[in-house]
Amino acid sequence: MESLLEVRWHGRGGQGAKTAALLLAESASDAGKFIQAFPEYGPERMGAPVQAFTRIADEPITMHCHVTNPKIVVILDPSLIGGSVDVTAGVPEDGIYVINTGATPQEMRDKLGIKTGKVFTVDANQIAMDTIGRPIPNTPMLGALIKVTGMLELETLLEDTKNKLSKKFAGRPKIVEGNINAIKKAYQEVKGE
Amino acid sequence: MAQKVAITGNEAVALAMKQINPDVVAAYPITPQTEIVQIFSTYVNNGLIDTEFVTVESEHSAMSATVGAASAGARAMTATSANGLALMWEIVYIAASNRLPIVMPVVNRALSGPINIHCDHSDAMGARDSGWIQLWSENTQEAYDNMIQAVRLAENPNVQLPVMVCMDGFIISHAMENAEVLPDEVVREFIGDYTPQKTLLDKENPVTAGPLAFTDSYFEFKRAQAEAMIQAKPYVLEVAREYAKVSGREYGLFETYKLEDAEVGIVVLGSTAGTAKNVVDKLRGQGFKAGLLKPRVFRPFPAEELATALGHLKALAVMDRADSFNAFSGPLFAEITAAMYDSGAQTKIVNYIYGLGGRDVGLGDIEKVYGHLARIAESGKVDQRLNYLGVRE
Repeated sequence: MESLLEVRWHGRGGQGAKTAALLLAESASDAGKFIQAFPEYGPERMGAPVQAFTRIADEPITMHCHVTNPKIVVILDPSLIGGSVDVTAGVPEDGIYVINTGATPQEMRDKLGIKTGKVFTVDANQIAMDTIGRPIPNTPMLGALIKVTGMLELETLLEDTKNKLSKKFAGRPKIVEGNINAIKKAYQEVKGE
Repeated sequence: MAQKVAITGNEAVALAMKQINPDVVAAYPITPQTEIVQIFSTYVNNGLIDTEFVTVESEHSAMSATVGAASAGARAMTATSANGLALMWEIVYIAASNRLPIVMPVVNRALSGPINIHCDHSDAMGARDSGWIQLWSENTQEAYDNMIQAVRLAENPNVQLPVMVCMDGFIISHAMENAEVLPDEVVREFIGDYTPQKTLLDKENPVTAGPLAFTDSYFEFKRAQAEAMIQAKPYVLEVAREYAKVSGREYGLFETYKLEDAEVGIVVLGSTAGTAKNVVDKLRGQGFKAGLLKPRVFRPFPAEELATALGHLKALAVMDRADSFNAFSGPLFAEITAAMYDSGAQTKIVNYIYGLGGRDVGLGDIEKVYGHLARIAESGKVDQRLNYLGVRE
């Protein structure tokens, strides 16, 4: 399926990797795409490495196997790089990495040990602290992701995130607003090489 | 208007239950339960539906309370998974033999041990001889559609049997996919009001449920139960036809994919059928005549129809996501092979046990199976009947 785009999310338990994977899928679905999103379930606990996946395509997606060769990798926690999980595993030469860090893309490229592909960075933790008041990097990373890939319109993502979080955090509009601002800020601040 | 949504399997099934608005749902609210009753309970708690939600102390009690409610004439449901279903065992059989039209989603997950929470079919396959109708789902859409059809099917006066709606644990239950859901009123009109034929609360027409039946009558009860399953098949199709009118989606006893002119084929249940369709497309692009059959209705077992659909194949692989530990084959293989033997088909058949405990089945794995089938089709010989896919040995 040529139109199939696969995203792998790397994070640690509590950072919202699953929520981000599902939010992206839901927004893409609203934009008329076919989608699939699922976490990898293991012995989850706060801080343990976790993965989640999003598939987006122009035609129905029937495969139900793992994502093994993602074109896009989003890393919510840079301390995962070089650890027990190989974040570069299966990524093709034209792969795109979006990393939550204050470091530059060049510095992260060296850390990843890759010569090909594209690397983008954004300090999503700082953005989340400034906007939400807690270091939950998932929504800002969504903003950075759609900026560098163009896979979704910013307005679509903002609208969907607002709807979804308004349900999850009913009666707590500050959290919803914080997340919206976080997405916008990361969309502006994400850096390429 | 039907609505297009992005929804997980658990959300889709919980939504179907909300639209069905059963009189009673009994559930044990802890692992190994599923998100289904968790989501459903919030609907009840928020007053969106008026189901009597009974939290019980175990899965055994969940099925017991559901049986009690159904015997009293209620439209009663529960949901379960893996070891939870195993703990229900005793009462699962009683629900069927008492001819209670209970609908129960089963999120298919491995049975212990070792302890594992991931997908395989050992839970529902273990319950295959319990007298329940089983509908299997490939994706969230089918899980939703099967739930709604299950109510009509179970409650049909000519059927009167409980129905399990199976969907793959995590792969479907926790995965968000596109689905189209019906408006509440369409679902309510489709399932209609439930009028039980006999109830324990009807004092004008007193009945006894669950009595002793010894050597002079037990066998007759079981024979009547067997006959109910034998007679159920046309009603599965009748409900499917009715459902197609309101949903636009057609269901049968099974789905075939590029099977009609295929030389080799795979039979596989659930989510892996979707993965296999991609492989069929790829192989077809290379001029290789591959096909697929995905059973939807495993109980009643549509033996004649399956044999007719598969009989032209040179080679066939039946894939089982459960092992029978009988030193012979998995459960689906045994029944398909029996049906094919009966029909006189000359198809060479092999068995693949796959995906136990959630082991991933990739496109390459399925391609290997078709490769094996190509060799069998060419040589006309089965080299190895029982095979294990993607396991370290």
